[in-house]
Amino acid sequence: MSDDELIWRIAGGSGDGIDSTSQNFAKALMRSGLNVFTHRHYPSRIRGGHTYVEIRAAEHEVQSRGDGYNFLLALGDSFARNPQEEAYYGNEEIKPLSENLDDLREGGVIVYDEGLLDEEEVAELELEKRAEENGWHVYPVDLRGLAKEHGREVMRNTAGVGITAALLEMDLEHIEDLMEDAMSGDVLEANLEILDEANEMVGEEIEREHDLRIPTGEHETEQALLSGSNAIAYGAIDAGCRFIAGYPMTPWTDVFTILSQNFPDMGGVSEQVEDEIAAAALAVGASHAGVKAMSGSSGGGFALMSEPLGLAEMTETPLVLVESMRAGPSTGMPTKPEQADLEFVLYTSQGDSQRVVFAPGNIEEAYEQTRLAFEIAWDYQIPAIIIYDQKLSGENANVDVEFFDREPTPDLGSTLTEEELREAAHDNSGKFKRFNYEDAEDGVAPRSLPGQKGGRYLATGNEHSPVGHIEEDPDNRTFQMDRRLEKLESIREELDERESTQTYFGDEDAEYGIVTWGSSQGAVEEAVARLNEQGHSVKGLSVSDMLPFPETEVTEFLESVDEAMVVEMNATAQFRGHIQRELGRFGDKLTSLLKYNGNPFEPAEVVEGYEINLADEEREPSAQVRIEPAAGD
Amino acid sequence: MSAFNAIGEQREIDRDEFTPGVEPQPTWCPGCGDFGVLKALKQALPEVGKTPEEVLTVTGIGCSGKLNSYLDTYGFHTIHGRSLPVARAAKLANPELEVIAAGGDGDGYGIGGNHWIHTARENHDMTYIVFNNEIFGLTKGQTSPTSPKGHKSKTQPSGSAKTPLRPLSMSLNAGASYVARTAAVNPNQAKEIIKEAIEHDGFAHIDFLTQCPTWNKDARQYVPYIDVQESDDYDFDVTDRREAAEMMRETEDVLNEGTVLTGRYYVDEDRPSYSQEKKAVGEMPDDPLAERYFDDDAEWERSYDLLERHT
Repeated sequence: MSDDELIWRIAGGSGDGIDSTSQNFAKALMRSGLNVFTHRHYPSRIRGGHTYVEIRAAEHEVQSRGDGYNFLLALGDSFARNPQEEAYYGNEEIKPLSENLDDLREGGVIVYDEGLLDEEEVAELELEKRAEENGWHVYPVDLRGLAKEHGREVMRNTAGVGITAALLEMDLEHIEDLMEDAMSGDVLEANLEILDEANEMVGEEIEREHDLRIPTGEHETEQALLSGSNAIAYGAIDAGCRFIAGYPMTPWTDVFTILSQNFPDMGGVSEQVEDEIAAAALAVGASHAGVKAMSGSSGGGFALMSEPLGLAEMTETPLVLVESMRAGPSTGMPTKPEQADLEFVLYTSQGDSQRVVFAPGNIEEAYEQTRLAFEIAWDYQIPAIIIYDQKLSGENANVDVEFFDREPTPDLGSTLTEEELREAAHDNSGKFKRFNYEDAEDGVAPRSLPGQKGGRYLATGNEHSPVGHIEEDPDNRTFQMDRRLEKLESIREELDERESTQTYFGDEDAEYGIVTWGSSQGAVEEAVARLNEQGHSVKGLSVSDMLPFPETEVTEFLESVDEAMVVEMNATAQFRGHIQRELGRFGDKLTSLLKYNGNPFEPAEVVEGYEINLADEEREPSAQVRIEPAAGD
Repeated sequence: MSAFNAIGEQREIDRDEFTPGVEPQPTWCPGCGDFGVLKALKQALPEVGKTPEEVLTVTGIGCSGKLNSYLDTYGFHTIHGRSLPVARAAKLANPELEVIAAGGDGDGYGIGGNHWIHTARENHDMTYIVFNNEIFGLTKGQTSPTSPKGHKSKTQPSGSAKTPLRPLSMSLNAGASYVARTAAVNPNQAKEIIKEAIEHDGFAHIDFLTQCPTWNKDARQYVPYIDVQESDDYDFDVTDRREAAEMMRETEDVLNEGTVLTGRYYVDEDRPSYSQEKKAVGEMPDDPLAERYFDDDAEWERSYDLLERHT
């Protein structure tokens, strides 16, 4: 926890414009030269309900939401249920203030809208007393009045941003620029007036009492602020994907929406269909006909994709699916992150089915591994799945613009042209031996596409002969099974030869290891850095290749440490189990740090987990995390 | 320069070209109605000028699903009930392909019913043949969505308590722009209807009565059959939705009483196909998307050019 960073939390109800306001504020901070990282907390409803966005900004690198926060802008929930009545769920209007106090750091700043929040309700919170105990600085401001005076009530966001900027001594230039980009006419004018007036109130009506100021920094290159969902969508675009089919489901909808909005200008096709069975089946159909295609969903929708996934595996139709995890089981907590669909994604579908699964750990990895998924899927004719979660999906961070300056790769991998088909093996009747196990390299038999001359064959989910006809001959069965299974080994060999997709951090010679996967990577990386600074001998490994598993890399890492703690956002230690199954050992070395309360890890929780584990202490962790001791092999 | 030169090829086509060397003889039971569909297709395709490699036949699971094992085109034998989503995406990916989807009554009207409704609603330009034998055949005779009320089977030993689904009426209401019923015992009509369905620009649904001599002896052979266009007893306008709906309802009602009515029921030549609609709103490229991947001069857009909105 350092004072050289701002963690600004804007809280209100769904529909209060929290998202757009925070997006612009984050961008302004990025433009001012800071590194930013956002975290979004929202309920599953359209209007009202307690929602907030946190923006962490610092000169140093920021890889997670950080620990707690130090500036609260509580707008009040203007869409609260029965704001004037005491219903069983309490007064929701005040929740943006009342629900956020526990995480506020000592010495933190609170700005709340006294124009919306009831004076008596605020008094009941004993805010003054708590502020004194925690060294908080509280600034009640009539944001609503200010907004109404110049424009409309909803503009109290802008008033709040103006006060924030003034209290932090932050220049308004970037905020104004962004407003000018996003608005025009009377709306723009009203917002600029509100911003200015709010800004001027500090120093005149409001006296600044706190020390927190905006950090300063400088970027050497141009930065872009984008989310994990953006990165996945952009990776798909650059891989030449031009077909997506889907059905709305939080949080997967983000990727679906981004591609649906961009594809029309790119000659691509997006289809919103009747259900997720259809969605994945459409992606299979488009891919079969020669287009790079994808689909995806979150857990509940992915369950419906199980059978088209198996069909793609058996017919060796290239396919990319994305699975955006949210807290389960069943409908679970639709807007909260969790990493509990790992086993589901690894094993769903009947038979000895085979697939590739990548779990990117941050925004850059989300882009790169999506491209990699397309490349592998089309080269090896196998489904590749990107598994990520609500956290990575919705969090924004700044990325070097030049990172994206790469050539697109639309090629169709192991697909033949008509010219090549003329040289390829056919049976006596002229049918193309599309599933030819005799000449297959790395298990891959090149394919033709419908409409090509000389390429006709039958694709079927039944076991099949080289030309694709249903065939239950034991020899053919064994040859075809072995050939398909060989692909996964070949992919592992290829991945081992390329630059590793695993992320290593911390002191290389450390005796203690922390292992994680997916979106928990950032918090773990910060925790390890903090532990190293404190002199602890710790290093970290974040694994991205879920299947085929990076056996050599993980084995080497685990052999090099005395003990290791596996950090993941689920209750049943799924990734730890996966490691043990894949490697068949290390059961005595691996403990778990688990969190499944709907909120992602903060670095301090990982640090504490390490301390408890290392000291073999009996005490319970202070946060809602659970330590699961080693179980043996 | 096309990468798909089987498409639009102009040449003499022999119907024998559609008989695969691998499995020339189907494994269907003797007397099975499925032979009638196969035969009608083999006759219809050359007559509408289609060569085997410009046709993609997409099937579901069941006896009917084996159609493309015995019909030599490009084929995709998918999974139970899912032929339509696979087929319509292939058509969107490469609209020049002639796409024919096929499956049974359990496949299309039961497990795949949702896909059928939405494919009809969207009016994809394809032919959909449902082998309707009013029974689950391959799994040995269970009641299907079109089995008559009271039909006894191993899974409904006291007779089905459900009224059968109305395939023609459902398809009309869902939005199909061509709806017909034919029967395996009426090969000439079947061939003509298949030709019309293939040439129709939109979703053409053929409810094809295929007797199951092994598991559904009650349905006999769907004889005698009546062609509603040729019979003097029936007079309705196939382009009139209201008249078509009435005729469909009657046809569905009398089938289980032993009167087999067949023919064209609804034809709407004006409704734009789905790809026409999609192109009209700017959500589908004019040229086949599948061609682009073989075009060396194609310029591929990059995400790098989208970053301005993020800076």
